[in-house]
Amino acid sequence: MKAWPYLRAAAHVGALLPLLLLIFDALRDNLTANPIQAATQRSGTAALVLLLISLACTPLYTITGYADFSRLRRPLGLYAFLYALVHLSIFVVLDYAFAWDLILPELAQKRYLIAGLGAFAILLALAATSFTLTMKALGKHWKRLHRLVYAAAGLVVLHVAWAEKGNLSTLSGDILKPALALAVLLVLLGLRLPPIRRRLTALRRTPPRRVIRT
Amino acid sequence: MPKTYQPSEKIPSSEITPEKHYYTRRQFIQLAAAAATTAALAACGVRPPEGEPLPNPSAAPSTSPSPAGGSEEKLTSYEDVTTFNNFYEFGMDKGDPAKFAGKLQTSPWTVEVYGLVNQPRTFAIEDLLSGYTQEERIYRMRCVEGWSMVIPWQGFTLSQLLKAVEPTAEAKYVRFETLYRPEEMPFQSYKGFPWPYQEGLRLDEAMHDLTILSTGLYGQTLLPQNGAPLRLVVPWKYGFKSIKSIVKIELVAERPATLWNTTAPREYGFYSNVNPDVPHPRWSQASERRIGEGGRRPTLMFNGYEKEVAGLYAGMDLRANY
Ligand code: HEM
Repeated sequence: MKAWPYLRAAAHVGALLPLLLLIFDALRDNLTANPIQAATQRSGTAALVLLLISLACTPLYTITGYADFSRLRRPLGLYAFLYALVHLSIFVVLDYAFAWDLILPELAQKRYLIAGLGAFAILLALAATSFTLTMKALGKHWKRLHRLVYAAAGLVVLHVAWAEKGNLSTLSGDILKPALALAVLLVLLGLRLPPIRRRLTALRRTPPRRVIRT
Repeated sequence: MPKTYQPSEKIPSSEITPEKHYYTRRQFIQLAAAAATTAALAACGVRPPEGEPLPNPSAAPSTSPSPAGGSEEKLTSYEDVTTFNNFYEFGMDKGDPAKFAGKLQTSPWTVEVYGLVNQPRTFAIEDLLSGYTQEERIYRMRCVEGWSMVIPWQGFTLSQLLKAVEPTAEAKYVRFETLYRPEEMPFQSYKGFPWPYQEGLRLDEAMHDLTILSTGLYGQTLLPQNGAPLRLVVPWKYGFKSIKSIVKIELVAERPATLWNTTAPREYGFYSNVNPDVPHPRWSQASERRIGEGGRRPTLMFNGYEKEVAGLYAGMDLRANY
């Protein structure tokens, strides 16, 4: 069955939809009374969700044996980076209008921004080395480098937890979003543990014959 | 006798500019979106249709507020004031209060004023409306989240009400409490906050002439999302100090617990005076977004009411007493 073209198309459309809706709402002045905050939150949420979905690709392949899921990992990861870039640009360009005298103290001072900056730096490095060419050039280092994606996701969870008006450790205030993201991330990490992974592969009745084409 | 301020003394009318001279949010965000679209289309090799140029950000009015300047201030629109609210009793989204506050029963409504007073009294809201002259006050409202509005309130000074109940010599603080009625305030069933909402002021802050109990805005009776039927307005403090839908006012000797101070003491101090020099772990306190405008403006010490209120804190370390 040739499901891949449909899967790929659905992934591209789904990944671009939040951006199109954001632009559409902005043009209609439909972004609440505080549109910069709304745009920051929507782009950030899209980045986080796409990052988590791209991290789910490998476990999905492990569980289903359907190799095409693995092929979605790179494009979805790049979309996550695109939204992170939009998110950061809104902060620098729309919110602070390049007022570096205000931006730099903020970035240095606020722990949630330090975490966000760390996550962004990792995503930038991963996006820059995501080409097939750099992948080959880096050889086994590439895999090690790209494991940092979990650190990036962890930093984003911290970024969100610290950006919201709540406290995860005391379960008080506004914690729904970071708690949800943390739970998903922990499940995804758990699915990668070798014993669990082996169990999942064994559970699958018909092991796949496909090779992963990346 | 405290001097009665006219609204014009809060924000000089010379600083309230006509709408047409202003670079509005609508223009700002649409220009940004249009610019992004143009860039994207250009990147894809698509050209905008001839004769129908997309707006160019560089054509923006020269009065665009810069973080460094701008003393021009205009009223925030009634729509924004009544649809963009923090009132966690109805949900944590800014749109939730306008959506869900309709269920709130604001009549009958009584306000109990008690504690360290000689004349404790329970007021019906009607008595407060008819017993005190309602005056208009145009105040800046600065939210701790880094956004602000300019709102024309109606109300009366809290000092009048406090004098009527005669605080005793032991009374040092005033504690305020919001209605607790989860059937009408659905988010009160969320256990992440120590409901009911409570706030507090030092007695001299409460007696200050800028401190009002508000019953309306823009000439209209308060809507539930704005804290109907009676709310506090303390313009030199972050917005969360201005507690909404008040049912109890208690004079006490000790500093009262407040909801946000209990939830996150290092972030929300008891005083919570607007202060650009005391940073907050989340939001910029050095600058703010004025709702309805693009960009940022600098945050003013005591939200611009330094002349009126700085004396209350003479000799205090405002970094330690944030
Ligand atoms: C230097 C880099 C970054 C900056 C300056 C930045 C800035 C911000 C700001 C200012 C907020 C708070 C918005 C508000 O509620 O007012 C925020 C929230 C958020 N950011 Fe970032 N961010 C950065 C990196 C990232 C990255 C890399 C991601 C994800 C991949 C991300 C995802 C989020 C999410 C999910 C939220 C919460 C949105 C919500 O409350 O709905 N951020 N960020």
